[in-house]
Amino acid sequence: MDYVKLINCMRCGMCLPHCPTYKESFLETASPRGRVALVRKFQEGELVESEKFLEYVSLCLDCQACASACPCGVNAGELVAEFRCERKQEQGLSTMEDLILRKLVPHPDRLEAATAPLRLYQRTGLQKVVRSLGLLKVFPAALGRMEGLLPKLPDAPLRQTISEVTPAVGEQKGTVGFFLGCVMSLIFSEASLATVELLSALGYKVVTPKDQKCCGAPNMLGHDIDGLKEAARFNTDLFQSQELDFVVTDCGGCGAELKKYGHHLDGETAATAFSTKVRDISEILATEAATLKNKLKPLPLKVTYHDPCHIAHCQGIRSQPRALINLIPGIDFRELPEADACCGSAGTYNIEKPEMSDRVLSRKVQNVQKSGADYLVTSNPGCLLQLKKALTEATPPVKVIHLTELLQMSLNA
Amino acid sequence: METSFIKALSEIVGEQHTLSDPESLACYGYDSTPELQSRPGAVVLPGTAEEISKVLALCNGAGVRVTPRGSGTNLSGGSISFDAGVVLQTSRMNRILEIDEENLTATVETGVITSTLHREVEAKGLFYPPDPGSMNISTMGGNVAENSGGLRGLKYGVTDDYVMGLKTILADGEVLKTGGKVVKDVAGYNLNQLLVSSEGTLGIFTEVTVKLIPKPQAKKTMLVHFPQLEQAALTVSHIIAARIIPATLEFLDRTTIKCVEDYAHVGLPLDVDAVLLIEVDGHPAQVEEDAAGIRDICERHHCSFFQTAASPEEALKLATARRVALSALARVRPTTILEDATVPRSCIAPMVKLIQDTAKKYDLLIGTFGHAGDGNLHPTCLTDERNPDEIRRAHLAFGEIFEATIAMGGTITGEHGVGVAKKKYLPKLVGESGLRVMRGIKGAFDPRGILNPGKIF
Repeated sequence: MDYVKLINCMRCGMCLPHCPTYKESFLETASPRGRVALVRKFQEGELVESEKFLEYVSLCLDCQACASACPCGVNAGELVAEFRCERKQEQGLSTMEDLILRKLVPHPDRLEAATAPLRLYQRTGLQKVVRSLGLLKVFPAALGRMEGLLPKLPDAPLRQTISEVTPAVGEQKGTVGFFLGCVMSLIFSEASLATVELLSALGYKVVTPKDQKCCGAPNMLGHDIDGLKEAARFNTDLFQSQELDFVVTDCGGCGAELKKYGHHLDGETAATAFSTKVRDISEILATEAATLKNKLKPLPLKVTYHDPCHIAHCQGIRSQPRALINLIPGIDFRELPEADACCGSAGTYNIEKPEMSDRVLSRKVQNVQKSGADYLVTSNPGCLLQLKKALTEATPPVKVIHLTELLQMSLNA
Repeated sequence: METSFIKALSEIVGEQHTLSDPESLACYGYDSTPELQSRPGAVVLPGTAEEISKVLALCNGAGVRVTPRGSGTNLSGGSISFDAGVVLQTSRMNRILEIDEENLTATVETGVITSTLHREVEAKGLFYPPDPGSMNISTMGGNVAENSGGLRGLKYGVTDDYVMGLKTILADGEVLKTGGKVVKDVAGYNLNQLLVSSEGTLGIFTEVTVKLIPKPQAKKTMLVHFPQLEQAALTVSHIIAARIIPATLEFLDRTTIKCVEDYAHVGLPLDVDAVLLIEVDGHPAQVEEDAAGIRDICERHHCSFFQTAASPEEALKLATARRVALSALARVRPTTILEDATVPRSCIAPMVKLIQDTAKKYDLLIGTFGHAGDGNLHPTCLTDERNPDEIRRAHLAFGEIFEATIAMGGTITGEHGVGVAKKKYLPKLVGESGLRVMRGIKGAFDPRGILNPGKIF
């Protein structure tokens, strides 16, 4: 790790009020400033990698709200992740990590096959039986949490059903590649269908290469740099072989990772060219606001928007989703207090650190309730999973949908 | 620190609020002050005044030293324990106890964040003006202990202009209640004012009652460029002489302008000596009149550019240059030494000139920005802690800058506190009699010297 990145932190503390784990604990060790200090002192030989040390470092959600707040441009979240990657490279992957990150995640067919029993589990009514008998209580807590988070799955993953080319409606304005994203395809396929419908309605031919692989974000999360590089190289080659104006994704996590391919592959020309073409769906739609506005029909809904960390902090996209929601005639948009604070989903954090995740989530739920909205709009599958469960169970319940689903509702109203 | 003592602490505040692992101690060994670090022996996060009282009684009995800490944004090493004592963090005590709309006061627990109080009182049409740069994280207790200032100091004063009452725990654990909600109070020594800016050496605050004022109805923001530093400084003096008191009168020098432009691309010209950000607030008619008066004065002093914001959004845009000044400077080099030399307003031009000459003399990069209206400047040295020779030169330069500040009738610190960082300059400023009185006061409050020892003098 570049030592200068660590000493750039001037310890001003501007990150503290933006860090979800600091706000919950008031502990310096649970703050971005503290984490940079821990890593720095490890590098300087003042601290060793003790159990406590790892516990403190792994409490980071990697939401990167600290990076948005830092006056000196230090990204504490990224530094912590980088540190953990370096340690992992020294230690190697465990058998389980190798199985998941190398043998499962990079193979969409295997990933889809692995989730097929879940579909069956929901369809056959087995889920109801398991839930009513309280069987989940006998399984490990983590498994119980995973089961609870899962919404109703689509009949088939979108990757299997979507056509490789969706023509533009009317005059063709351009061609975009659509990057599916594993969770969007497996769980939120309806939102991605809305994304494709919007692009096509606005005159874009949408190309969805079926061979595409996971973006590599799970590898990054598992600190598997080599796996991440493999994913980056594969997807770069696949999309760069097509004539595309942009590569569009409706998954905040994928978008943030795809935009960093150039960085991940040490500035390789093809990867950098690919990364500069990547757009979050809200970025593309915002440039078409005038056209889109004419197509949208009134929706008298009270709506608020949650900024996914991977959209706001990692990609700096804040105004576009709000502007798009406000294009809808009759919409009552309410700004969410602490809108860009993490919801506690954070990859697999909600499974690994349930206690802190729940505290961060409950603050988010309270803020959503304060807004008085009936619909919470967001644009990242992790947030959708986490917030759908929490807000469906809240009183009064709040509906959680992807930004493109809201726009599609208005388009077809 | 002995395990039995840590156990005794944890019996008061609870095990989860007592920290003594090496990782935590490392993280409580710093605040925002460059270069200074020292690990405490233990850290406690009490949740009530009673717990603070018990912790202090325990420490006083055992002769263990205690350093209070809010969010750790101190810029003079004030919240660092230099003798492996106990750091006492007040963040958990963060309730706003009362906003009294009849007496126009707010009473808060010590750990309330300054900007949280701003938001709550402004929602009721009221105003708590002190706005230190760290207001989004600094605590009210910390603000009182350091007598924090901010951008609005010129018109509205600083923290001590607003403190009406305090509840303080003394070194032996006794509670001291000073002041209250009354405007007039001449019963005995003014202990309230004595406790403000005591930097944690006289007691630990648990409750603060502050004065509130009505929120100004209107505001106007202006941005002005000056090709010549002297003209900018004269403008500042003449605005005040014209009986106009802006809420904000901020200044950026040439080095800062260049760094801001490199970083934020806000369209600042690189050939001007100074940029002023001016804000007037109050009754709409008064605001209009003041803004017109300021424009007239700026033009008479040959400003090269004058813009008034037409909307709140535009005001925010105009204020960007000043808002990002510290960020822009801090990114240039790894280490940032931010000082707060303060001179009488009429000495702004010679002071800025002196800072620039000193920077040249010691071959350093120093950008100056700050509160021109009240003479509180922030010469900011951009350096690299890995370069001992440059750090040595930076200290020599600041030594000369502080000498000059004192000679001009100014002070070595306008709002950051003496702490340990400015300790060596204090005798020159307050003299032997000043130090003798301060030591006497310290002895009266804290005979065993356990509260934040080694700070101020």
